Amino acid sequence: MNTQSTSRSRRRFLASTARAAGGVSLLAMGLGTYARSVQSLPAMAVRPPGAGVEKDFLSACVRCGLCVRDCPYDTLKLAQPGDGLASGTPYFTARDIPCEMCEDIPCVLACPTGALDKSLTDIDDARMGLAVLIDQETCLNFQGLRCDVCYRVCPLIDKAITLDLQHNRRSSKHALFIPVVHSDACTGCGKCEHACVLDEAAIKVLPHHLAKGELGKHYRLGWKEKEKAGGSLVTPDQPHEFNLPKGLEYDYDDKGLTNEQSGTPFSSNPLDSLKRHAEQNP
Amino acid sequence: MSVSTSYYGQTAIAQKGWLGAHKWLLLRRATQLGIILLFLLGPLAGIWIVKGNLASSLTLDVLPLTDPYLLLQSIMAGHLPEATAVSGALIVIVFYVLVGGRSYCAWVCPLNIVTDSAGFLRDRWKLKGGAHFSRQTRYWMLGMSLLLALFTGSMAWELINPVSMVQRGLFFGMGGAWLFVAGIFIFDLFISRHGWCGHLCPVGAFYSIPGMASVLRVSASARERCDDCMDCFAVCPEKQVIRPALKGADKNISPVILSENCTNCGRCIDVCAQDVFRFSHRFEHSSHHSLARNKEVRS
Repeated sequence: MNTQSTSRSRRRFLASTARAAGGVSLLAMGLGTYARSVQSLPAMAVRPPGAGVEKDFLSACVRCGLCVRDCPYDTLKLAQPGDGLASGTPYFTARDIPCEMCEDIPCVLACPTGALDKSLTDIDDARMGLAVLIDQETCLNFQGLRCDVCYRVCPLIDKAITLDLQHNRRSSKHALFIPVVHSDACTGCGKCEHACVLDEAAIKVLPHHLAKGELGKHYRLGWKEKEKAGGSLVTPDQPHEFNLPKGLEYDYDDKGLTNEQSGTPFSSNPLDSLKRHAEQNP
Repeated sequence: MSVSTSYYGQTAIAQKGWLGAHKWLLLRRATQLGIILLFLLGPLAGIWIVKGNLASSLTLDVLPLTDPYLLLQSIMAGHLPEATAVSGALIVIVFYVLVGGRSYCAWVCPLNIVTDSAGFLRDRWKLKGGAHFSRQTRYWMLGMSLLLALFTGSMAWELINPVSMVQRGLFFGMGGAWLFVAGIFIFDLFISRHGWCGHLCPVGAFYSIPGMASVLRVSASARERCDDCMDCFAVCPEKQVIRPALKGADKNISPVILSENCTNCGRCIDVCAQDVFRFSHRFEHSSHHSLARNKEVRS
């Protein structure tokens, strides 16, 4: 082979290599951008129990669907192209079919890669998302009605959702039973969102990063610090001096304003009054 | 390369009958469809022999199988997989070392039916020209998919990988995956001959790696009978792999096709009227021939 043809074939080799590398790099650029955009999970999609934060999950899930197959309630499904999340990854839509919180967590056991973390053994520890009563303007309980459905269906009733009694200012004589979600217990199973009687649920399961605020790391709540220390950290507690009407007192521990301890000229027994009256008017 | 006669395989059909000239093709289609059927038996009929999909599956509740290419992407993206997935991937690698790495492409991958159909029509309709890609592009694609996993921390290639999308779609619902099937079909039919499987697909590129050591191989055992009809070249999806084995007698090169990109599809065996080819193993004639010299001619 002479030098001329060697240099020509080298040129051809370099040109074809550059073409392949260039084309593939362009594809990689587009794909990389798309991959970043997909890393933000759409708000309506809830991952199965044991899935970590979205970025870790997307590196660990091989999209085999074994969790979907072992889900006894057909809750889980694999995302299809166009669903708005990484295609092939498992998720569920709480409004359609919520997670029934199986005690043996078959979806986690089925996962071959550890994308669903096997250290999750108690389904109550799952944190698939967080229920948020997102629309107080339509929630029936906020209108003073006794719907309570989200509270009743909650698998962790009185732990994940409680009813908080408040004064009904519209009627002035009724109570509002306000459903309150507690993030330390809510698993994000979505039964509340599924059961909400409105046409569009007022309570929704959202990913934690959307649903939760976070206090600044330096922030301290005085009363909690006091509780931890067993007493005030700054100056000793001084009971507040109330300028109260005669006979009234303030109970710091429990009852607030009371007149229990004050002596009253009148007995609590009405017969005493009658007797006294009879004695005074013979 | 032009096929002057009306269509390849005509002589073989005349000689061996239609069935005889399509034996391996039919077996291949039966295997591909059989695998699809096996996975569909569960969701459609409630018979759970295999669960999951080709990415990772569980057969008869004991045998885990995992696609090693997917697992490699997952590892590159920073995940340490559990033992089940790792052992499943090792079983798959050992299997493909035995039967030929790219046997996955010819015998398992459901997209092969699509690209084969496109190739068939392209030849029948005598569509020429289109874009030309280097056969090395697939290795760039393979490298790109792994680097992308490393840099994005997620399996970015799997967002658009048509191979996983189609096989998954068959078992879990296609959705928009039909668009990818149509895209690949049109690409192979009008834009590039054997464009996807033969030049671009990184899955095939990955499986060619265990294919470097694969035991089961096609051999041009009776190459002295070759009458240069060119039908095997015309039908082969990786035609560069044939020449060293078929025409290497003078140079004392083994008749076994040792290229890692031979898909063991067996179409050359089908279309050869002279019965030059047969399935064999890589050690055939190894004492007489220098294996090292039987290298694929890069096209």
